[in-house]
Parts: sequence; structure tokens; C-alpha cells
Amino acid sequence: MTYSVPRLPEEPDPDLRSKGSRRVSGWLLWEVFIRPRRGLHHVHAGSLHAPDGEIALQSARDVYTRRGEGVSLWVVPSSEITSSDAADAASLFDPTSEKPFRDATFYQVPDEVEWL
Amino acid sequence: MANERSFVTISVVSAQHPGRARFEALLAAEEKVEPADWMPEGYRKTLIRQIAQHAHSEVIGMQPEGNWISRAPTLKRKAILMAKVQDEAGHGLYLYSAAETLGITRDEMVRLLHEGKQKYSSIFNYPTLSWADIGCIGWLVDGAAITNQVMLTRCSFGPYARGMVRICKEESFHQRQGFQIMETLCRGSAEQREMAQDGLGRWWWPSLMMFGPHDSDSTHSDQSMAWKIKRVSNDDLRQQFVDMTVPQADYLGLTVPDPELRWNPERGHYDFGEIDWDEFWAVVRGNGPMNRERIAHKRAAWYDGAWVRKAASAYAARHTGQVG
Amino acid sequence: MTSRSETATSCHREEHRQLLFRYVLAHADDNLILAQRLSGWISRAPDLEEDIAMANIALDLLGRARMLLDYAGQLEGRDRSEDDLAMFRSEREFTNLLLVEQPNGDFAHTMVRQFLYDAYQTALWKSLCGSADATLAGIAGKAIKEARYHLRHSGTWLLRLGRGTEESHRRTQRALEGLWRFTAEMFETSETDRKLAGAGLGVEPAGLQPGWERGVEKVFCEAGLQIPNDRFARSGGRSGFHTEHLGLMLAEMQWMQRAYPGMQW
Ligand SMILES: [Fe+2]
Ligand SMILES: [Fe+2]
Repeated sequence: MTYSVPRLPEEPDPDLRSKGSRRVSGWLLWEVFIRPRRGLHHVHAGSLHAPDGEIALQSARDVYTRRGEGVSLWVVPSSEITSSDAADAASLFDPTSEKPFRDATFYQVPDEVEWL
Repeated sequence: MANERSFVTISVVSAQHPGRARFEALLAAEEKVEPADWMPEGYRKTLIRQIAQHAHSEVIGMQPEGNWISRAPTLKRKAILMAKVQDEAGHGLYLYSAAETLGITRDEMVRLLHEGKQKYSSIFNYPTLSWADIGCIGWLVDGAAITNQVMLTRCSFGPYARGMVRICKEESFHQRQGFQIMETLCRGSAEQREMAQDGLGRWWWPSLMMFGPHDSDSTHSDQSMAWKIKRVSNDDLRQQFVDMTVPQADYLGLTVPDPELRWNPERGHYDFGEIDWDEFWAVVRGNGPMNRERIAHKRAAWYDGAWVRKAASAYAARHTGQVG
Repeated sequence: MTSRSETATSCHREEHRQLLFRYVLAHADDNLILAQRLSGWISRAPDLEEDIAMANIALDLLGRARMLLDYAGQLEGRDRSEDDLAMFRSEREFTNLLLVEQPNGDFAHTMVRQFLYDAYQTALWKSLCGSADATLAGIAGKAIKEARYHLRHSGTWLLRLGRGTEESHRRTQRALEGLWRFTAEMFETSETDRKLAGAGLGVEPAGLQPGWERGVEKVFCEAGLQIPNDRFARSGGRSGFHTEHLGLMLAEMQWMQRAYPGMQW
């Protein structure tokens, strides 16, 4: 398939030395958030490598906003992000579906009543 | 169906893992698998291999086109080419990021590339010998890449699929600028038309090779299809590309270098000749026209930059309170 | 019938137009030549992020060069396009600063060259925003935004290289020593400069020097780099008296147009 080279019979699986290390030639992995327009939230756009915040910010500008994608940037070291565990997803997020009364559509409004 | 069969086989092999059922349910529901989800080791390894190769291809692909930046015939073409090659660097970066979510670092992938343990698309092992080659790369190589990448936006692994969406958006101008170069050449002087024909003559077959071996010889395809990493087979993608491209060559008044090429009204597709598979495997094995030069160039850049990366780390360690 | 004073004014205007042509062309050449140099880093930078950053700067410079060349062509009034001006002038007709034609060298060399130039460009375009020539002021308004970002980028790197490791410091200091002699040329004021400044169209480069010096000295000091004592200054670029590097570079850049003249691409 395009950009993918067929496996040769003698090709071994390379041993992948790093297992989840976030450090890259001493440079950190950063997550980039872009505010697309005034009035909107910053949204995660991707990540990049940089030795420090200033260079991360400049690289974010060069890598992720070459086509007018944003008006403001945040860069955060990936290691500083605390994330929820996929294994906890059920216990964290499923219970909310048990409370349909938090949703406006839960309530019947008589047809003749307006502005509700 | 072959896909379903292999799918079932794996699910039997290690049905014991509790995450397995969820993983399979995600695939079945056409939902995306995210990095934090449990996934079979084979799925992870296949993705690392494929995304890394894809990333390396984008980055190595900067070289044949970069070769013409200093000589671009007009300033406008120079600007377009620079922006295009820069985009490819961005594509490499997005893809390395996607692979990094699977627990491998970019440094590690770069090391594997430099040591020849991870590969990149063979197409970039051909040299760019005239300005027409820049047209051919945009038109044919980016064209073939888009065919593939559009399919990959539907890939089951979230970060890869999202990367593809961004990349496809950026690719849209790559193929057009290439076609425009060809069109301008074909409307130009006899010398320019000759240049265009020579380019097509050299890039046509390698472009078809980009889609890989026949489905019948493609050992890992079934598994990739079952995992929904790959959604369309090599031969189907190749046919799609030929059907799209031949009329474009006709429009340009260029001759596709394949005596067996003809429209088959019964199939509703073009029939075309056989790829030179000896050449195909020779290039994969490292004996293409430019394999050694490409890696040498890449390694030189990486090692020449080592002191810069080190300096920035040292500075960061001292001045921003971050551990270098 | 035209009065004597009207004739004088139009004469005056014609003279300014020709002066402005040379002025705009010189600044176009600076940006074109440096863009060509910088683009040589594409696929060779220390990291992908920096590859993209350098390509961005090169693209900005090339964009600026194209606008200026286009305007120069209009001022000249001989129907020469940006490509005519870029591809069919000889080494002796290019009037760029010697600084920008110097080879890339290592990353330190490129960044020092860039920093010296960015600081100069920032001062120049800021002043030219006030030019009485609307087109030039318009170009300046766009250029100043880019130049400020470029200066931030090269300044950021200079600090890291100067204060990074012993090796990076050594390389950067060496680059500064190799390039310093080309900086005085940026502030040489010619008769053209003086006349255009007098008419409110251009700026006298000499006037930009004190601010530039303060700016770069501050960063060099922060970066722990020594400005060379050697006061020898090399100039001549503005009158077409170049270093030997330019000819080879033009041979490469202009080759297609020279080999296949008069064609569309
Ligand atoms: Fe790409
Ligand atoms: Fe592309």
C-alpha cells in the first residue's frame, strides 16, 4: 500500500527499545492547543518536540498555524497532563446517562405554551 | 470472507484478555481505537511499523523535490515548491506524533530509519532529473498518496485517522500544482513537451509500484483489513489510480508507457500491463537508484544537528528549570 | 503649455522614480538572495520543527522579494517582470548586501547571519512604514510583522546557542567573528538614500545604526558572545562589487531561465 513498504521475508521485527518514554533527545513532548477564532475555546491540535516553552510556542505557530488556523496558542508539556484512565471510562462517564431529567427534552411542554 | 475468517481466528487465540471484547466491539461498531485503549500487541506493532514508514516517507520525500528548490524556473514556482516541501515535513511530524501515542519515540523511529530497520516508500528512491519530475511527483506521487490517504482517514486507529484528515486537507494543493506544471509544459515548446513525456516515462511505473504487491502476494493485508487499519486492497487502489490518471494523461497529450494499457468496457476499468516486480523488490531491498543517497542525506542532517539539539537541551535545563 | 515649475516638478518626480527603482531593487535583492540561501536548509535542519520554521522564514523573505521586484519593475517602466529582474541580471547588477550572500555554514553561522539581518530589517521596515510612497509603506506594513517574528526566532536561538554547550558557544562566537565585517555595509548611506530620505520616501541607513547596535549588543551580551574587536568592514554589495559566493549562487538560481529563455513554466 502507498507509503508502506511490503515486508521482506528476512525482515525481523525491530526491537523497539523505548517503551513509552516521553523524553526525546532531551527535548520534551508538548501538546498544542489552538484558539481558531475569538470567542472559541482552545482546541487540541497535535503535538511537537521542543526543548523549552518559547521554542515550543514558536514551533507550534510554524507547524500548526501555517494556513490561518488560529489566533492564540497554548503549549503544555505532555507530561503535565493528568488524564483519565480508559479502564475507568465506564465508572466515570456512564452514570450520567442515568439522569435524563437533566436534559430539556425530558420535559413535556403543552403546545399552547410559548417561550419555554 | 477472508477478512472475517482471520478476524475470528485472532479473537479465539487470546480471548482471555478482558480488553479484547471491547477492542473488537469498537472495530465492529466502526468506532475509533484510542491510544489508552487495550489493543492486541500485533495491532500496536503493525500500526507502529506502518505509521513510522508513512512518516519516514514524508520526510525522505522532501529530498527529491528539495533538489529543485534552488533551480525552480520562476519565483512563483519556487515559492510553491518550498511551501509544498515544507508541508511534507509537517506531514512527517504529524505522523511521528501519531506513532508516539503508541509508546515509541520519534528518536527511536529515526534511529531505526537510519539503521535501515524501518523503511520508507520506494518511490523516493528515484532521482528528479528535470523540472518535469517536480510536476510528475505532484501529479502522480501525491495523486497516488491521496488515493491511499483518503482511505486511511477511515482507519480504526484514532490518531492515525485524525492525522490523515489534516494531511488530506493540506494535500489538496500538492496534486494540483503538479498537474499545473505538467499542463504548462505540455502547452509549451517541443522541448518542454519532451521533458514532460520523459518525466511520465520514468515516474509512471514507480507510481504504480507505490500500491505494493498484488493482493495475492500481500501476506499481511488480510490482517490489516480485519483490523480496519487498511480499508481497500492494493490492487483495488491501484486500479482506482489508473482509472483516474489515464484520462488526465490523455488530456495532457502524453503517452503512458504501457503498450497493454486499454479501456475495458466490460469491466468498466482500464486494463494495464504487469509491473516489473524484479525492479520493485530490488528497490525495496535497498538497491534502487537513490536508496543510499537518501539515507546518507538524512543521516548527515541528523548528525550535523546533534550539537544544536544538545545545546538547546542544556540551555533549557539551566534556564527554564526543566530537567534536560 | 506647461509652466517652468511644473516641468521642474515632473523632472523631479521622474528622478525620484528612478532613484526609488534602484532603492526598491536593492532591498528586493537582499530578500531574494537570503531566501535562496535559507531554502538550502530545507530537509537539512537539526529537527523537523526547525526545518519547518526555516522554510517559513525563507518563504516570507521570498514573498517580500517578489513584491519588491514587482514594484521595482513598475517603477522602472521597462516592462520587466519579477522573473526578468531575478533571472536575467548579472552578478554586477545585483545590489544586495554582502551579508546575505554568505554561505550557510553550520546552524550557528546561519542563525547569526539571520539575527544580524533580522535586527536590521526590523529597524528598516519600521521606518519605511512612514514612507511617503504608499506602495512602499504598504509593503513595509506587512514586512515589519514578519521581521519582528523572525527576529524573535533568531534571537531565541542565539541565546540558546551562546549559552548552551561549550561547543555551541564556540561555533556561534566563530560565526560572529566571520560575519561581523559585513554588518557596517547595512548602514552605509549613499547619495540615493540621502535624496530619497530628503523627499520622505526612504530612510537614511546610518540613522538605523544606533538602535540596531543597542539591540544586537543587548542580545549578544545576554548570549555571552563577544562582538569582535576587528573593525575592518567589507562593503561593495550595493554597487555590485560582491564576494565570489554570489556568482555561483546565481548560476544555479538562473539556470533554467537562461537555458530555456522565453518560455512559460
Ligand atoms: Fe504528504
Ligand atoms: Fe504531498
